[in-house]
Amino acid sequence: MDVKRRKFLKIAGLSAVAGLGVPSAFTNLLQGEALASSSGQGNPAEGHKPAGGHGGHGEESTGTQYGMVIDIKKFAEHQGLADRCINACHTEHNVPDFGNPKDEIKWIWTDDYAHGFTEHSQYKRNAGLNELPVLLTCNHCANPPCVRACPTQATFKNEVGVVVMDFHRCIGCRFCMAACPYGARSFNWRNPREKYANGNYKFYKNGVNPNYPTRMRGVVEKCNFCPERLAVGKLPACVEATGETKAMVFGNVNDPNSEIAKVLNSNFTIQRKPAAGTKPSVFYII
Amino acid sequence: MYDQGKVVTGLAIFVIILTFPVWYNLGATQHVPKPELPKDVKKCVETSAFMRTSHMVLLNQWRDEVVRDENRKLVEVDGIQYTKSLQLGCMKCHPDRKKFCDECHTYTAVDPFCWDCHFQPKETK
Repeated sequence: MDVKRRKFLKIAGLSAVAGLGVPSAFTNLLQGEALASSSGQGNPAEGHKPAGGHGGHGEESTGTQYGMVIDIKKFAEHQGLADRCINACHTEHNVPDFGNPKDEIKWIWTDDYAHGFTEHSQYKRNAGLNELPVLLTCNHCANPPCVRACPTQATFKNEVGVVVMDFHRCIGCRFCMAACPYGARSFNWRNPREKYANGNYKFYKNGVNPNYPTRMRGVVEKCNFCPERLAVGKLPACVEATGETKAMVFGNVNDPNSEIAKVLNSNFTIQRKPAAGTKPSVFYII
Repeated sequence: MYDQGKVVTGLAIFVIILTFPVWYNLGATQHVPKPELPKDVKKCVETSAFMRTSHMVLLNQWRDEVVRDENRKLVEVDGIQYTKSLQLGCMKCHPDRKKFCDECHTYTAVDPFCWDCHFQPKETK
């Protein structure tokens, strides 16, 4: 081939221009696409929106968001109330009890203040607080990290702002357990339908609720805010167990006329690990 | 052909072994599945033909509606209301898993995992 020096320089120059120009044109195009897709996205869950301010504190969630206020002092006034709440929940949902902390399944449980509220200052805090049982459960966050972690959408946020688990879809990868800052999720290492020698299920306090299924081995479970009870106009089992004590108040936190909104408005409440930016929907009156 | 006797005998044995399942079961009657139908109830949510072929589709659809869409409305067919639930709906009329579900599932070698979690009415008694 006979290429003159003059022709070679022309081709080299043109190639250099093309090499510089095309990638930048592509990046412009890609940016345009990204913008279009982000503005075209609906609002399936609050979690998909970019968090405003520090860790998502800026914006308020809209729509129904069920939440709960737990008044810790009421549990001091009524001895054994916390245990009654746990009992109501765990027998309602056929939660197994293997008597072994490694295999423990918990939907709602108690711990002391220092362990529940690790982000809050414990310096010179009144010592009596640690003797109160603090009920802990799934916080049904407005910005739930577990939902984003779940690869099968077995955990999702439903229309009424409850973080629900579809146990049929769970593949047991436990990403959600790693994502949850509150340890609200338990893994079924053992078959929850195990029985004692006498034929009884190893359920919490031997209670069997024939109207609620169990889970299977290899599935994660957690508090669901009792959607099957809400559907028939009942309160969640734990809230119902507190009865007239008003130790727990349940409702739509975004509805200004709801009882819970009034309680939130007239009391100073704290949440667990607020800096995680998950916007928990379970509030505590200390 | 060398070793004709050995080859023919070998082939004959091979064919006999290959066709063993056919002639072993010859004349034996197969167990035809007969799911036990409820005595007092004559109607289901769909026709028998639909239920026979597509009950699993309907169950999956109900499950998604109830669990994922929070749509727990009762299904009304000919004035009768049904709960969209295996455990609280279907099992009301078909309480015996062994005589109803397993009858066909065993025959067709299908092993659904409904019962790993859902209770049969007898189990909790």
